[in-house]
Amino acid sequence: MTAFDTIVRGVGTLSRLTGRGGGTTLPGRLLLKLDPGALSRLGSGLTDGSVLVSATNGKTTTSAMLAAILNSQGESLVANSAGSNMPWGITTALVDGTGSLGLFEVDEAWLPDVAAALDPKVILLGNLFRDQLDRYGETETLASRWRETANSSGAGTTWVLNADDPLVSEVGRPEPRGEVLYFGIEDLAVALPEAPHARDAKHCRECGATLEFAGIFSGHLGHWSCPDCGSSRPLPAIRATDIQLEGMSGLRARIETGFEEGLLVLPIPGLYNLYNALGAIAAATALGVGLSDCLEALSEMDAVFGRVERFRLEGRDLSVLLIKNPVGTNEVLRTLGLEDPPLDLWICLNDRIADGRDVSWIWDADFEVLAERVGSVTCAGTRASEMALRLKYAGWDASRIQVEGNVGASLESALERCSGSLFALPTYTALLELENYISTSRGLERYWER
Amino acid sequence: MSETLKLLSLYPDQMNIYADRGNITFLENRCQWRGIGFEVVSCGIGESFDPGAHDMIYIGGGQDRDQEQVAQDMITTKRAALTEAIESDAVVLAVCGGYQLLGTSWATDSGIRDGLGILDFETVRPDEPRLIGPVAIEIGSDLSKATVAGFENHGGRTWLGEGVRPWGKVLAGHGNNDRDRTEGVAYRNLIGTYLHGPLLPKNHTLADSLITQALQRQGSPEISLEPLEDDLEEAAHRDALEAALSAR
Ligand SMILES: [Zn+2]
Repeated sequence: MTAFDTIVRGVGTLSRLTGRGGGTTLPGRLLLKLDPGALSRLGSGLTDGSVLVSATNGKTTTSAMLAAILNSQGESLVANSAGSNMPWGITTALVDGTGSLGLFEVDEAWLPDVAAALDPKVILLGNLFRDQLDRYGETETLASRWRETANSSGAGTTWVLNADDPLVSEVGRPEPRGEVLYFGIEDLAVALPEAPHARDAKHCRECGATLEFAGIFSGHLGHWSCPDCGSSRPLPAIRATDIQLEGMSGLRARIETGFEEGLLVLPIPGLYNLYNALGAIAAATALGVGLSDCLEALSEMDAVFGRVERFRLEGRDLSVLLIKNPVGTNEVLRTLGLEDPPLDLWICLNDRIADGRDVSWIWDADFEVLAERVGSVTCAGTRASEMALRLKYAGWDASRIQVEGNVGASLESALERCSGSLFALPTYTALLELENYISTSRGLERYWER
Repeated sequence: MSETLKLLSLYPDQMNIYADRGNITFLENRCQWRGIGFEVVSCGIGESFDPGAHDMIYIGGGQDRDQEQVAQDMITTKRAALTEAIESDAVVLAVCGGYQLLGTSWATDSGIRDGLGILDFETVRPDEPRLIGPVAIEIGSDLSKATVAGFENHGGRTWLGEGVRPWGKVLAGHGNNDRDRTEGVAYRNLIGTYLHGPLLPKNHTLADSLITQALQRQGSPEISLEPLEDDLEEAAHRDALEAALSAR
């Protein structure tokens, strides 16, 4: 640690003590300004190297799952789990933390830069969906940049890739110098009955022809092939079969790795979390962890983590499920559809920069699937009115929809109107506001601090 | 009423990037609530259509690769029919990429491409940031002005040829090219625009005027749409305008 590092660490502590905002990334920002090579220099101090996790949906949950597995192996981690996933957030984590292995979730657009700085042991890529086009440009452009990174990075990096996402799986071609390890879902019994509207990857990355799907699990994730050039989904080494979705309580699946197999009992719901778990297992496998250790760590995970959170508030259950783009939202809606109706919902749509200022995506999500299953609905957030409008045009009973922009007031109203369980669907900044409201007004522990 | 609005959706598989189906869902519901039938016919790559068979034609935006594929197909299989439909006063709503394709040329990051050349305007893509954010525009003549809200996200800059009429004047946001304060293009019953959002749910009076125009094209000159309970629609319009005007 240099003198710079020590000083900026002090700045971070000071900023947190005085309660000024930005304490989580200020040291990294400052340090990168003073020393642009700081990320690489600090990273080289990690004796066991680093692991990067990126995806449009699920990088926080996947990282939490991988952290649980690695912690169970006694690994000491430096992670940016509470902070920013941009270079300055990762730099801050390195300044603050002590540990031998870095586990960093990385913003999709920043992945090439962070990979170049850290020369990681493992890079885990989960999916690429349309998300906040106003910030990042098109999904195909991102996929191309990821592929360039894979084909120019060091031989010591193992690329752990989702075989079911054509944009991600093709990152492993033509031939990265490092290893490639694919994961995916084999069980076509859980495929969607028809192709969803929100489908971002339709064209073969090799020849541009329209892809064909033998089955789609979510968005454009599925068993794909190109009718023209023969490019197709690679057979995943880490794969899930015999899947049973059990509503909000979780799911079960058989996991095969070619050498071993075992039963995954996951305490959080949805096929999207099965993908997160498969990615975490595959990355752990690449780091030498055995399958049974992975499965045990995942089955013991507390339900209160990542993007599904549950609280008890005055005799009512509050389940929080993040929504931020059509594909992720469709998975949330599909999971809620397994619950007994009528459903009481609080939906909070913000259009702040971190949410994406463009709220058009709500018109691509299939809210129609819950039209007949809704009890009470409260819409909140900066764009509460458009959210309510979307639900009305999805066939939801408009007389059951209440609009109240303010987070606290709307949550109280929603709790009053709900019969037992309330499902909260916030966008990203709405989730932070919700957490803040619950901790300050309800006095619950700020559970995201560990 | 026993009318049916017949909508032709061009390239729904390729040109749908900004939740374009929201516009169609919106029209469909507002017709159905009034007892007006609503039929959507899709027309994709390689397919042709009968220009007289549809009251309204919709085309949305797509990623570059989709738009290139669509542009070539449109020139070979649909240009004549689309021109005929426009000249016979079909209501056409072309959003974002769909708008660009109607001009003489448009551009991707890698170069200039031919458009349909139905209207005289061109779209270039300078090495400058994309134009992104909430927009508010004013449309109509001095007699009947209206404000329209939406969201824009485009790398291309569109320049209208001499005598070509823009759809609106930019109140907040960037519009066609971030320079001349014009937004979109208007010709007969055609609107080309960068406003997605989707556009119609944020502007229910615009949606209703398009429905009216489309039904009038069938030959019933006096259409007056039954009013609907529009509290949520009005609130959404106000909030979308507010998002644009406060970002100005
Ligand atoms: Zn191909």
